[in-house]
Amino acid sequence: MNKVISPDIIRFVLLVLLQVLLLSNIDFLGFINPYLYVYFILLLPFTLSQWRVLLYSFLIGLAIDFFQDSGGVNAAACLVAAYFRPNILKFAFGVSYEFQTIKFYQTPITQRLTYISLLIFIHHFVLFSLAYFNFTYIVEILKDTLFSSIFTIILVLILMVLFRKNRK
Amino acid sequence: MQQIVNFLIKYKNTLLFLLLLFVSLIFTIQSHTYHKSKFITSANFITGEVYSLKNDIDEYFHLKNYNQRLVEENKMLRARLESLNDKKLDTVFQDTSSYDSPYKFTLAKVIRNQYSNIDNYILINKGESDSVYSDLGVVTSRGIVGIVEESSSGFSRVISILNSNSAISVQLKNTNHFGSLVWNGNNPNIVQLEEVPRLAPIKKGDTITTDGRSFIFPKGIPVGIVNDFELDQNQSYYKINVRLFNDMTNIGYVYVINNQNLEEIKSLVPNE
Repeated sequence: MNKVISPDIIRFVLLVLLQVLLLSNIDFLGFINPYLYVYFILLLPFTLSQWRVLLYSFLIGLAIDFFQDSGGVNAAACLVAAYFRPNILKFAFGVSYEFQTIKFYQTPITQRLTYISLLIFIHHFVLFSLAYFNFTYIVEILKDTLFSSIFTIILVLILMVLFRKNRK
Repeated sequence: MQQIVNFLIKYKNTLLFLLLLFVSLIFTIQSHTYHKSKFITSANFITGEVYSLKNDIDEYFHLKNYNQRLVEENKMLRARLESLNDKKLDTVFQDTSSYDSPYKFTLAKVIRNQYSNIDNYILINKGESDSVYSDLGVVTSRGIVGIVEESSSGFSRVISILNSNSAISVQLKNTNHFGSLVWNGNNPNIVQLEEVPRLAPIKKGDTITTDGRSFIFPKGIPVGIVNDFELDQNQSYYKINVRLFNDMTNIGYVYVINNQNLEEIKSLVPNE
């Protein structure tokens, strides 16, 4: 039990601090920020029961909301992403996910990329829709979603390359 | 009964999802309503300390800029002092008590500043223990910044003028025509002035100042200059783009304005 949870708790704290102290201040081209803390939801163990995935995702979103004064925007976005995570996993990895035999770092890169991109895109879309909270801003919502998603996906891929050796 | 329990077990994930979603949506809606987000706020002990720690390091990279600004402010104040001295020589003050300014200024440091979202907030390192309460105005030496929304004992959260919930009453410096200052979310150094009547004589480069009608800001605090303007669809009001004097992306130190007469004024104006 402890062995499964503790790396996730460390990741939780590190990702929240990284997000609020550094990544939310990048403002690349004035408005593009990566939301790397989604990495936490991506890497939650596949064997973890779904209600825990929901709960942990909600908590990391809420933690970010406290720092960013954004109401419940991040919490809601994480929650929606976590809710669709099993469906995305099934879509991306196919049957092997059903038998829960896959190791994340041994899956083909295309499957992994599908999983990462879909989850991040859903998260970002909900995030920006709720942040603007007004569909007259639909162009801005889509623009922010697209560019921030690309930024986040690139960072997630970099992190995965950096940390792959540590896990077997 | 058995069926209800079975139903709950079967759909427990969805139910948990809906419950948490409901909670987060309530927080979201509150954050889009002025003065309602009491719970989710960075003006608390943990987030405040984390941000002031970060700011202690950050600050060194802006020292040159802050010094420059202080020199400018000193110069301006010195000039004003000189002009005051000249007047004093041949003026007799009949009633000295009425010259006592009702405004008290508190210096605070910005420890977190946002400007890239649609709703931006600023966190400052003074709170209730330094007599910083909600609804006080926040300015820098160059112009207005926002209004305090929420304060804990050591920190306060300020609604930046770069926030879709913010609408501050301002006027044209020359003519006293007033309107409200809002932000469309595009450029952090350009804000929009609306509801200025068509009759107002307005040209590019005109100065905009606060008008003191809200009693939060004293009259005449500089805001910005007219960048460009056009008439709205009904051809009756101007929509003006105002270039702020403040660089909202680099604020540094601010003054919180406490109007000592506010209680008294509020008791006279019933629904303010």
